[in-house]
Amino acid sequence: MAELRFPINDHDHVVGPADAPVTLVEYGDYQCPHCQAAWPQVELVLRRFGGDLRYAYRHFPISTMHPLAKPAAECAEFAGEHWLFWQMHSAIFANGHQLSVAALFSLAGQLGLDPAELRIALEQGRFAPKVEADFLSGVRSGVNGTPCFFINGKRHDGSYSAEDLIAAISAVGQNPSAQTINIRM
Amino acid sequence: MGEILQPGTEAPRFEAPVTPDQKLSISDLKGRRVILAFYPADWSPVCGDQMSLYNMVLPEFRKLGAELLGISVDGAWCHQAYAKANQLHFPLLADFHPKGAIARSFGAYREGEGVAERALFLIDETGHIVWSYLSPIAVNPGADGILDALEGMPKLETSNG
Repeated sequence: MAELRFPINDHDHVVGPADAPVTLVEYGDYQCPHCQAAWPQVELVLRRFGGDLRYAYRHFPISTMHPLAKPAAECAEFAGEHWLFWQMHSAIFANGHQLSVAALFSLAGQLGLDPAELRIALEQGRFAPKVEADFLSGVRSGVNGTPCFFINGKRHDGSYSAEDLIAAISAVGQNPSAQTINIRM
Repeated sequence: MGEILQPGTEAPRFEAPVTPDQKLSISDLKGRRVILAFYPADWSPVCGDQMSLYNMVLPEFRKLGAELLGISVDGAWCHQAYAKANQLHFPLLADFHPKGAIARSFGAYREGEGVAERALFLIDETGHIVWSYLSPIAVNPGADGILDALEGMPKLETSNG
């Protein structure tokens, strides 16, 4: 059973309190149609559990299949530097069907971010190491496709429907102590 | 159903096309560490495509001194189109004629469906299997097991660049 080997840390984008009984970590690719479809489901899950759930999103771009996944991830990180990660994250997923470099710049502009600064960040690959580190942490944890979810450190092999995720999170939440994260690094 | 070959076993010898006009033999890789990844078919229409994932992890495999070979019963032309479409940067072996012979020799052939299992073998520089893993056919096994097994091997004496 695949286990998350890298617990949530200061570099992660996190929603929810640190002492929530259940932690959900997602590895995703902004150009993956399944990840795009999963985001509204995740939003339902977040609304359902509120402060009882901590959620983090990490990048897992399969660049050869999805050439825009990495630039999109770097763009979200750029927005994150301006405390706008989740706004950019939602905007990219909402516009997944028409993703392009121009669309990324347009979304950044709509959030009031400086396009010139974004261009430099992308050209210099300023956020590439963070995206790469996310990807490798996923590889080492057994991410085998996107989206890939870990619930209190265990890979969720069910579907990404809100119904399935809520059921799995509820099951873990009832007995959280039995599901401790086993760090093997 | 039989069992896949286990660690300690000498890897069966094989030779198979890697392109329509080129063959690769296991003896060409003597002295190298080889990851042999059997999979059922090219063109699996999912984002969790195993070969695309391994393609992304290729630099990590190489850092640990291993070559990656994908292998299925698809023909060389099919592999060529599949590799091109997904920009795969490692060889795909065609276990096409006689169909599935290599998979069978590793205990990784599914008679019923006529395809290879989703099975992984790590072969050391002496040609012996040091790690193997059989995944449920519908589950991409990911790359964590391979990387763990590679890290568990003794350091290579010489750099193989």
